[in-house]
Amino acid sequence: MPDQFLFAVEVMINGLMAGVLYALVALGFVLIFKASGIFNYAQGVLALFAALTLVGLQKGQIPFAHLINAAFGTKVHYFGWTMPTFLAIALTIGVMILLAIAIERFILKHLVNQEPIILFMATIGLAYFLEGLGDVMWGADVKTLDVGLPQGASEWIEDRSAVLGGDGFYGFFIDKLDIVAALVAAVLVISLTLFSQYSKQGRALRAVADDHQAALSVGISLRFIWVLVWSIAGIVALVAGIMWGAKSGVQFSLSLIALKALPVLMLGGFTSIPGAIVGGLIIGVGEKLFEFTIGSMIGGATENWFAYVLALVFLVFRPQGLFGEKIIERV
Amino acid sequence: MFYREAGDFKTSYRDDSQTFPIKFDRFRYYAVLLVALAIVPFFIDSYWANALLVPFLIYAIAAIGLNILTGYCGQVSLGTGGFMAVGAYACYKLMTAFPDVNIVLHIIAAGGITAAVGVLFGLPSLRIKGFYLAVATLAAQFFLIWLFNKVPWFYNYSASGQISAPERTVFGIAVTGPHTEAWAKYLVCLLFVAVLAWVARNLTRGSIGRSWMAIRDMDIAAEIIGVNPLKAKLTAFAVSSFYIGIAGALFFAVYLGAVEVGEAFGIQKSFLILFMIIIGGLGSIFGSFAGAAFLVLLPVLLKNVLVGTLGWPTDLAAHIELMIVGALIIVFLIAEPHGIAQLWRIAKEKLRLWPFPH
Repeated sequence: MPDQFLFAVEVMINGLMAGVLYALVALGFVLIFKASGIFNYAQGVLALFAALTLVGLQKGQIPFAHLINAAFGTKVHYFGWTMPTFLAIALTIGVMILLAIAIERFILKHLVNQEPIILFMATIGLAYFLEGLGDVMWGADVKTLDVGLPQGASEWIEDRSAVLGGDGFYGFFIDKLDIVAALVAAVLVISLTLFSQYSKQGRALRAVADDHQAALSVGISLRFIWVLVWSIAGIVALVAGIMWGAKSGVQFSLSLIALKALPVLMLGGFTSIPGAIVGGLIIGVGEKLFEFTIGSMIGGATENWFAYVLALVFLVFRPQGLFGEKIIERV
Repeated sequence: MFYREAGDFKTSYRDDSQTFPIKFDRFRYYAVLLVALAIVPFFIDSYWANALLVPFLIYAIAAIGLNILTGYCGQVSLGTGGFMAVGAYACYKLMTAFPDVNIVLHIIAAGGITAAVGVLFGLPSLRIKGFYLAVATLAAQFFLIWLFNKVPWFYNYSASGQISAPERTVFGIAVTGPHTEAWAKYLVCLLFVAVLAWVARNLTRGSIGRSWMAIRDMDIAAEIIGVNPLKAKLTAFAVSSFYIGIAGALFFAVYLGAVEVGEAFGIQKSFLILFMIIIGGLGSIFGSFAGAAFLVLLPVLLKNVLVGTLGWPTDLAAHIELMIVGALIIVFLIAEPHGIAQLWRIAKEKLRLWPFPH
């Protein structure tokens, strides 16, 4: 096989893996959108906040150390322990659940029956608040996240695939972390599907997604469902935060992947979990292949905008996305 | 007591439908104009101009522009930063290509070019609505910034990739470039603001503004009663982009003098201006001014209190500022979804009955 083709295949596989990570963020969006009709802009910042909390707990940082030092003139930074990873993850999940309760209690409860656009803007406000809070709590420096996931190129795949090409081809370069991410995403999607199909809370969740008022009338507590769905979204955000954080460090740019998840959603449709996955894969492969084939000719860094333009062009032809419910409008 | 319609008799339709139906409001309006035009320029120094007044005026133009699109026509846009960049770069290219033409004309032409770009990116709005459109405008934001970064023609092949405004004069007084006096910057921006706000106010209460509002309230119903959605949406995009382009041109040429596109016109700027119109009030010209003033003043105030008085480090102050802005947006949305403009309206209603409300 010609080497050029094999390189394209390698780019495509790496694009698929990047797409999995986009899909992980998009998944959180879809969950909240389905259950409450809220377009949650803060999902990316939730991922950042979760990753920051995880690193902070693991390293035994004192929350608000910077603020305390500035206000009282002290010099405290660390508790001086290193927490085991699984304990830190469990505690972070606890923090995300508390956060979900706080969001419901202080924001959503007061905004019931507002227009969707008002709710959207409220989540932008929430994103700003959480971003500031994360920085004040844990400091704004770039942190490395190490939860013991395998990293580096997978030699096994590299050796096996090297025979495919000629002398100039050394096999497919695939990061082990990406493979782990793909597996985790698969497990997450399967367990979420099982949860929403077969558990009592899952059914309540689907009922709320279907019709708020009907769900209320058969005795489902809307507030509990909202807390539940924001907690799940927080946990999905934590998973996404761990994957992205392990890949490129925990820093502010993590919250920008939320923006990348938006075109994923538009492709897949806001209401479809498989749509989020397929959309993520299309965007991941599309932007990597575009950068590989055309991007280098027109100056590079096309990944910044390709996803949005693809989604824009796509939407003109199919406004509800690939798997979204058909939009029916009545006066 | 003085804030009454009583005794102020309207004898023509023209009088009856004027912007400020209450005499007190009219005098207040002229008084504000007089102070801003004739008194402030003599006392302004470069701190006041650069930290407060000039950014306030420029953001007010951008906020009016976005308010026309989002507040009046209901099309949410997250591409404001990108359109401001179009205005800035159009102004730069015109300034360097035609050095003899007056800068004011360049700025207006930059607005026109931005309007054309805005219409182009507004075309999908005919098919896409709501959140989908908001995300689609992100395509404009990221694509335009990328374009200005990567194509050297736009920054005249300068080594740093930045654009910097050469010196241009109006009536022999420098208004751009490093030797500009504070009052000259202020006056140029003020004149643009005054004219554009006046135009916006009259556009939005005329037939075109009514068709925008009909589209905002319910586009299908509007279409059925005979509003042309193509015309209404595209004119909203054009007028809005024209304003935003002028704001971008002023921001680059008069206020900063030199910009790096990703830093000055990034996605953060889009959100900043969106916040201005949310906090100020959607669908209100006064709200645009109030929101711009609020978000220009807030960081300066917080910085003075946290860094100046309490002596905290600046990065901590910046993070706390983020938290406060975020919290304020939520508080505003919960307490008063229509923003400062609505508070102002309520205050005026109260004032009309004061001191005998019953």
